[in-house]
Amino acid sequence: MSKKLLVIAEIRDGEFRNVSFEAVAAAKEIDSDGEIVGVVCGDSVADKANELFKYGADRVIAVEHANLSQYTPEGYAQALQAVIEKEDPDAILAGHTSIGRDITPKLASRLKSGLVSDATAIENAGSEVIFTRPIYSGKAFEKVVVKDGLIFATIRPNNIPALEKDDSRSGDAESLEVEIKDLQTIITDVVKNTTSGVDLSEASVIVAGGRGMKGKENFSILDELAEVLGAAVGASRGACDAEYCDYAMQIGQTGKVVTPDLYIAVGLSGAIQHVAGMSNSKVIVAINKDPEAEIFQIADYGIVGDLFDVVPKLTEEFKKVLV
Amino acid sequence: MNIYVIMKRTFDTEEKIQIDSGEIVEDGAEFIINPYDEYAIEEAIQLRDEHGGEVTLVSVGDEEAEKQIRTGLAMGADKAVLIEDEDVENGDQFSTEAILAAYFKDQEADIILGGNIAVDGGSGQVGPRLAENLGINHVTSIVNIEIEDGKAKIERDVEGDQEFIEISLPLLVTAQQGLNEPRYPSLPGIMKAKKKPLETLDLDDLDLDEDEVEGKTNTVERYLPPEKEAGKILEGEIDDQVNELVSLLKNEAKVI
Repeated sequence: MSKKLLVIAEIRDGEFRNVSFEAVAAAKEIDSDGEIVGVVCGDSVADKANELFKYGADRVIAVEHANLSQYTPEGYAQALQAVIEKEDPDAILAGHTSIGRDITPKLASRLKSGLVSDATAIENAGSEVIFTRPIYSGKAFEKVVVKDGLIFATIRPNNIPALEKDDSRSGDAESLEVEIKDLQTIITDVVKNTTSGVDLSEASVIVAGGRGMKGKENFSILDELAEVLGAAVGASRGACDAEYCDYAMQIGQTGKVVTPDLYIAVGLSGAIQHVAGMSNSKVIVAINKDPEAEIFQIADYGIVGDLFDVVPKLTEEFKKVLV
Repeated sequence: MNIYVIMKRTFDTEEKIQIDSGEIVEDGAEFIINPYDEYAIEEAIQLRDEHGGEVTLVSVGDEEAEKQIRTGLAMGADKAVLIEDEDVENGDQFSTEAILAAYFKDQEADIILGGNIAVDGGSGQVGPRLAENLGINHVTSIVNIEIEDGKAKIERDVEGDQEFIEISLPLLVTAQQGLNEPRYPSLPGIMKAKKKPLETLDLDDLDLDEDEVEGKTNTVERYLPPEKEAGKILEGEIDDQVNELVSLLKNEAKVI
């Protein structure tokens, strides 16, 4: 019997997050014949929500309410619980994003269900669905099955490819009226810091600096390289501890775990803490003046040299090739 | 204030992971307080010092966790509870939620602090699950908190952006890096910690059956990622290396 699969999709700054499309693809992996129902919450999202059809959703539900203009756990829980009660899905998937990480455990508790967080692969083995997820920040992996009942998981960005956009698919989002009330979380202000607009966890290219950057001001050469590549800028713990940059930029076992297509490690030694957070990147480039640096052990390509010489030249060369 | 911290003993982040017959090898490994839980403990102590009250550490685990709990007491927490979960079959985040909820339903917590994630399992589920189970609000990934007149003013990290929130107690929050700089236990602190109360409970003490807390998920395999082989170190003049690298990324690796 084919399954009904609910995908909690996320619109940020007017655009779907790519991981929402990846979650639709993940739902297809669970049951290629299943009915995929996308759900989008917000104050005015129905028009935008239709884009989800093009990435494989069979139906789309929009829950619109003024109280959903910003994410709050209570607001989203009310909206999503109403959808779950109405649809009674066999599986629920969401992106492992700030919102996904925050709302899914709350819903799982309500539903008294299991939840597999941060899955990087899904395999349908007939009688059961097997999720792969990193443990110890990617130093190891585990395969997890949901014993019975609801299959509920969050999907790590950049791991399960989204389906190709199919412009021939279209539809109209169904509107579900839900009363969203008694919110106790009052958001007084939001300060946007993501300068490049590229989020580390979803970036397909990351440029990261370590202690070898020697100072906060020198990160500007990484910003310039990142801009040419459309990349996000990250840092090692050493660089954050030395106050070259904010902890929000830290990649490693404490900090963010990332899996971009291309990771350019600049002036960082490759301490085990840091490597845990990035070693599963598809292609790793290391630039370091110390030929013995650990980072070269896991790099696909390495340049031994002074980063202050190499990085600006690299930026210029990428400009020529990419423009 | 009644301040509680949920904490977990984890592998030291410096440790390499080894697996034998599908299980993580623990022999000889160093263990620590989960680093995110350390921020929670530090913040709890600061809140107590400002507002009065008591800090209670709560950990679900085996008797080995006593060492890390004593470290938390040495930092300055007042007392601790260790809930032993050896009888739990295939424990997962649901199990830990159920055990903690059974404990907390008889406590009057004003605030519960925990880590944003644990560096071993890394799911970040237990905090929000517990809050929902107890019917209180939660705020994850906090980097600043001030409490006044039963209300908390919180700054949280949302993927690098800052969100400012006001919310009433009781409340559960999870600590993100940057919240504070956890103190090292002082020598007098370590001496005092030996005498601080540490209560050990098991499922029976919480009127829980093993069946009620059995995990909803099952780990069927654990493995190490394939070892990455060292790649190509480029040679020649820097200008040539840069040209070669860009060409390799474009034509061989095909990532740009």
